[in-house]
Amino acid sequence: MELLLQQVMAGLATGAIYACMALAVVMIYQAIDHLNFAQGEMAMFSTFIAWQLIAWGQPYWVAFVIAVALSFVGGVLIERVLFRPIHHAPILSNLVAFIALFSILNSGAGYIWDFTIKEFPSPFGHKGLLHGLMDTHEAGMIGVTLMLLVLLYLFFRGTRLGLAMRAAAANPESARLVGIRVGWMTALGWGMAAAIGAVAGMLIAPVVFLEPNMMLGVLLYGFAGAVLGGLTSPGGAVLGGFAVGVIENLVPMVPYIGPSFGRELKLTFALVLIVAVLMFRPSGLFGRSVISRV
Amino acid sequence: MMLEVEGLNAFYGQNQALHGVAFGVDEGQVRALLGANGAGKTTILRAICGMVRVTGDIRFDGRDVAGWATEDVVRLGVAHVPEGRGTFLRLSVEENLQLGAMTRKAGRDIADDIERVYIHFPRLRERRMQQAGTLSGGEQQMLAVGRALMLRPRLLLLDEPSFGLAPLIVEELFAILRQINAETGVAMLIVEQNAALALELAEHAYLLETGRVVMDAPAAVVGADEAVRRAYLGY
Repeated sequence: MELLLQQVMAGLATGAIYACMALAVVMIYQAIDHLNFAQGEMAMFSTFIAWQLIAWGQPYWVAFVIAVALSFVGGVLIERVLFRPIHHAPILSNLVAFIALFSILNSGAGYIWDFTIKEFPSPFGHKGLLHGLMDTHEAGMIGVTLMLLVLLYLFFRGTRLGLAMRAAAANPESARLVGIRVGWMTALGWGMAAAIGAVAGMLIAPVVFLEPNMMLGVLLYGFAGAVLGGLTSPGGAVLGGFAVGVIENLVPMVPYIGPSFGRELKLTFALVLIVAVLMFRPSGLFGRSVISRV
Repeated sequence: MMLEVEGLNAFYGQNQALHGVAFGVDEGQVRALLGANGAGKTTILRAICGMVRVTGDIRFDGRDVAGWATEDVVRLGVAHVPEGRGTFLRLSVEENLQLGAMTRKAGRDIADDIERVYIHFPRLRERRMQQAGTLSGGEQQMLAVGRALMLRPRLLLLDEPSFGLAPLIVEELFAILRQINAETGVAMLIVEQNAALALELAEHAYLLETGRVVMDAPAAVVGADEAVRRAYLGY
């Protein structure tokens, strides 16, 4: 029982990061109908920026805030420079652009900071909590993610800009007819996704260590969470992210089959489970299929 | 003239939908665009709002707005109630109305204007927290008009406001449009299949055939014309 709870808590902690990545992916998907395959690399690059600032002697939270702000600006710029010009292009052109962005950021980070793994500090430390059920960094991951979610909810539900962004994503043509600059709303979505990714990267880096490929697996789980929850539902994507984190941790504990799957195959097992869900609910647990009135 | 259109051509890909169209709408006026299906009525409204490729002149307050981005035309005070109403179906009725005022400064007077829309359309007040997609066709049309009014427009473009509505609802809607025109002085350009109704509301009408203006006359004259009556009014 103790072990089970421990695994659930650890799952929730990494699940929080998957949830952030899923949310970032959904934000861009809602705006441009494409999956951002470079979301993880953007987050990794942001984390390196924070690491560099800390290495230069900045306090953790100063580096954190600067990295998030720079990531926001970077996200906006990526949309304006790279994706705005091709937004009417066929899906494959977009795919190629995402792959280009992926490899630019990946090899760029390797070129600047090299491929050796680096330690990334945790602002929360690693002391045990709740009789060793989880440590302070895990609690911090969950806490920061939940705070981020509340802030985003308030932004989208409570502000005019948030409403404009929702309208632009839901119905771009009508949004233009009420004077919303839809292109800038898309850019803003990119900026916010990049900033959320930066937070996720900085929270997971103390666990997986910082190196240019650190987000590969994380983004895959993030995608899985987003698809499981539904790409059209931010709340669903977040729940999906948490669910994937917990499932991933519980798989090795399933009697008989779990131990033989071991840690190597837990990703496979998690993905199989998700595919199984999608066979019955193709648009995800909370997503909606597009119904159009004739 | 507040809106002046001259030599307007519009294109969908290779197909030319408008051929040298000329017309205008003055401050506070109501004018109607009549014609059969496919005559180019909707295209004219879309052309004004930069939603279709055009050549020729579209002047608003003397400024040439042909080829402008939709949102920039809207910001001049041109509200468009499009074909299909352009409702944000997943958002609430009140959010739809707030979106109509998106280009205005935040403030007290937006809430006042929402209140005014509710006075014109009491049924929207009853449903204000409901998802707009759950409204009936008539209610959605009222919401679309309400949303357009939230811009405090100087020119209101209405694309077939009667489409798909029960006759009683249509009459109610047109009465409210007349009242709004009288109270706020907003000019209106109405595209209608229901010519009789449009001619009652408008002072002046244009008749379109295959992308050309074939008649340009006061509403009473258009309504009295034998050929028009036979072709479009059905009596």
